[in-house]
Amino acid sequence: MELFYLQAYWWILISVLGAALVFLLFVQGGQTLLWGAETKLQRTMMVNSLGRKWELTFTTLVVFGGAFFASFPLFYSTSFGGAYWLWMLILISFVLQAVSYKYRREPGNLYGTRTYDIFLFFNGCVGCILLGVAVAMMFFGGEFTVTMTNVLDTSAPVISVWAPSHGIEAIFNWKNLLLGFAVLFLARTQAALYFQLNIDGDDALFKANKRRVLVNGVIFVVFFLAFMGVLLTSRGLQATSQGGIPTLLHSFEWVDYKYFHNYITLWWCLIMLLLGVVAVLYGIGAGALCKHFKNGLWFTGLGATLVVISLFWVAGFNDTPYFPSLLDPNCSLSIRNSSSSHFTLEVMSWVSVIIPFVLGYIIYVWYALRKPITPKEMETPGEEKY
Amino acid sequence: MDDLMSVVDWSRGQFALTAMYHWLFVPLTIGLSVIVAIMETIYYRTKSEKWLAITKFWMMLFGINFAIGVATGIILEFEFGTNWSNYSWFVGDIFGAPLAIEGLLAFFMESTFIAVMFFGWKKVSPAFHLASSWLTALGVVLSSMWILIANAWMQYPVGMEFDPAQMRNVMDSFADVVLSPVAIHKFFHTVLNGWVVGSCFVVGVSCWFLFKGRNRDMALRSIKVAGWTGLFGILITLWTGDGSAVDVARVQPMKLAAMEGLYNGRPAQPITAFGILNPSKEADNDEDPFILDIQIPYGLSFLATHNPHAFVPGINDLIDGVRMTEEGDTFHVDSYADRIAIGKKAHEALRAYDTAMAQSDSEGMAAAQAQLKENYKYFGYGYLDSPYEAVPPVALTFYAFHIMVICGGYLLLFFVLVLWFTYRQPRFWSNKIVQWAGMLTICVVWVCSECGWITAEVGRQPWIIESIMPTRAAISAAGENAVIVTFWMFAVVFTMLLAAEVCIMLNQIKKGSKLDYESLKD
Repeated sequence: MELFYLQAYWWILISVLGAALVFLLFVQGGQTLLWGAETKLQRTMMVNSLGRKWELTFTTLVVFGGAFFASFPLFYSTSFGGAYWLWMLILISFVLQAVSYKYRREPGNLYGTRTYDIFLFFNGCVGCILLGVAVAMMFFGGEFTVTMTNVLDTSAPVISVWAPSHGIEAIFNWKNLLLGFAVLFLARTQAALYFQLNIDGDDALFKANKRRVLVNGVIFVVFFLAFMGVLLTSRGLQATSQGGIPTLLHSFEWVDYKYFHNYITLWWCLIMLLLGVVAVLYGIGAGALCKHFKNGLWFTGLGATLVVISLFWVAGFNDTPYFPSLLDPNCSLSIRNSSSSHFTLEVMSWVSVIIPFVLGYIIYVWYALRKPITPKEMETPGEEKY
Repeated sequence: MDDLMSVVDWSRGQFALTAMYHWLFVPLTIGLSVIVAIMETIYYRTKSEKWLAITKFWMMLFGINFAIGVATGIILEFEFGTNWSNYSWFVGDIFGAPLAIEGLLAFFMESTFIAVMFFGWKKVSPAFHLASSWLTALGVVLSSMWILIANAWMQYPVGMEFDPAQMRNVMDSFADVVLSPVAIHKFFHTVLNGWVVGSCFVVGVSCWFLFKGRNRDMALRSIKVAGWTGLFGILITLWTGDGSAVDVARVQPMKLAAMEGLYNGRPAQPITAFGILNPSKEADNDEDPFILDIQIPYGLSFLATHNPHAFVPGINDLIDGVRMTEEGDTFHVDSYADRIAIGKKAHEALRAYDTAMAQSDSEGMAAAQAQLKENYKYFGYGYLDSPYEAVPPVALTFYAFHIMVICGGYLLLFFVLVLWFTYRQPRFWSNKIVQWAGMLTICVVWVCSECGWITAEVGRQPWIIESIMPTRAAISAAGENAVIVTFWMFAVVFTMLLAAEVCIMLNQIKKGSKLDYESLKD
């Protein structure tokens, strides 16, 4: 298979992983809703409901990072090494999350349940917002340059050099934050829908979650529309030559309304975007307004997945660099100039054959443990709970 | 240059800190996962409530430790990007693949089936639950396998070639990367070490039960499972440790010389069983390397080559490029000064290639590429100014290695005695000295495990990829202050979490000792 098709295949896989991660961020969104629980029992049910899924989100983030490293190592090198603070804050928030579920109620946890709940809240907010910022940089760019020959400079051998603020500037860029907050409120909306689906036997909580879906859903829609408005009216970079690997000699120029044009050219992405938006709106509407409706999560989840995949595709396809450099457009990263070699992509593609099997057992286990959480279960001594 | 070295040192410090903390928790996860699965298998076959209680008790401790292992693990993967961005591009084509496969094959398996382990007791069938426990243990092992393949590749880079157009290495044989002998030895040595750690933990905690006179039967049953697991683990660890020593002698002879504090080698080289290094000894002075040492004749020659008469080069021999036959005749290979000169030629050739490529001069590119290929094996030496820069920290490597070996020998004896007491002399388990020895061995096994990691990682300095890239050339431009802040941030967070983990563990152990075990049906 030709290199370009392998690069495209891996960009599609990265898109799917990114979309799965955004869907699974409902765990983080739920962590920010814990403080709104009206009783201790409600909070216990919410924590336990999330606690049985947190590792899936965590693992998806790790695999997303690993897959990016394996398929587009120049992005891994440039973004992670450059936007240092952005990634470090994301990581520390996930470190704190990883222990908090298990430790929060254990006797002798030293810092008290409240501290671990603060950790979960921190991860919920910071994780969602900053992951949104990281994805937004794929459209609005970063302040970096890439100079391969630097590797021969023994006094400063760094290939990718970033602005001295090392990612702080990206965190406080209002355009990036629009997507960051959209991701946060989507995650909160989906968390409330997840609680509707996964917690039984508490009408007050069920109704409260209907309200949460409505409030957070509306705020999400506002942020998302603002982000899409900015995106579709933004300029973007367009490749003007097709050097690609091995020459790495791309040149890029700024084009007005680049992403709008991408949606028109890549019409299937536009269809995915529209279908996704409709599904998300239906999930929010039905989840908030229909009295006994419990399955809104599947609609918002499917919708969010379609939207995120379409965003990744317009970021990376149609000769668009998916990581624009604001300092030197010709240093921008595209799926052609930042990927692994043909051999590695081919090997990894064979490995990816296992993905349906992995998905299969995840779905099977999710199904096997599908029984909703109830107040009775939480009050039964001897049951494993957080 | 000073600024660069400061960033490099802090980045190394941060990576070492994260790895050392991670390595406190991961071996216990590896060991407990398999011990818990064995215990559950016994429960599945016997349907004994006592075995169910034993399984659940150790599973609880496994879960507490698993969480913090996961927390420290995520940082390591991403630090390759945040702190070692040059490395990520220079060899990401090869190194990224095992990390991605680890995530796909192992992490999903662990994270999916561990949920069944903890929450599935009443939701799935006993057979499915048992399968989930074994699949979690398998996921843990697979995860270790891929990360150790990646680590082994850094110590013995194979299955790749350098592409000057992209200024990076690209993989040309996945099989060579995965099936490298260094990777195979490292995998078994490290994973089985995890079994030993888990077993020592189980024996140690059980000894505390015996010491307190609580749930004696539960403790003795746990000791029986841990004793066999530990003995099997330590035997394979020692065997593959021997294989690793032969690998190191072949592909990282400078590391072996540092491990032994050996400056001038000879045929039939003795091994230092115990030694105190002379702190004023350097490679370029004539002082005696040891203040005190006890040597075993032929030992190092045998360890390194399985031939008691073979020549083992010391640090000075390697720097000077001197080798010797068994008969004592000397001959020369590339000295480190030669390697530096060859490495600089490789750098020049790469510059020439880049210039020719910019000018679309295909003849110039071909000539430069040929010169680069000829000299590439010492590419990393081109970054060095002096041969002595290629010598790892001898004292840390030497002491770490020797402590590991002494502890390893002790652990073999320990597990032999554990099984002997269990099957032949159970009265010894009432002896306070034996109980204390069991508890203190928990400390010994962790010291042993951490020292092994220090030997492997400090001993390979200054290389991040042996002979190809020194650590200092692998760095990110993150800025010294940024790395200092994150170093202390992680140091504080990990220490706080470690303290919490230890306290939670102690509480759960105390709770387990007060479990109403005797009333359960067998």
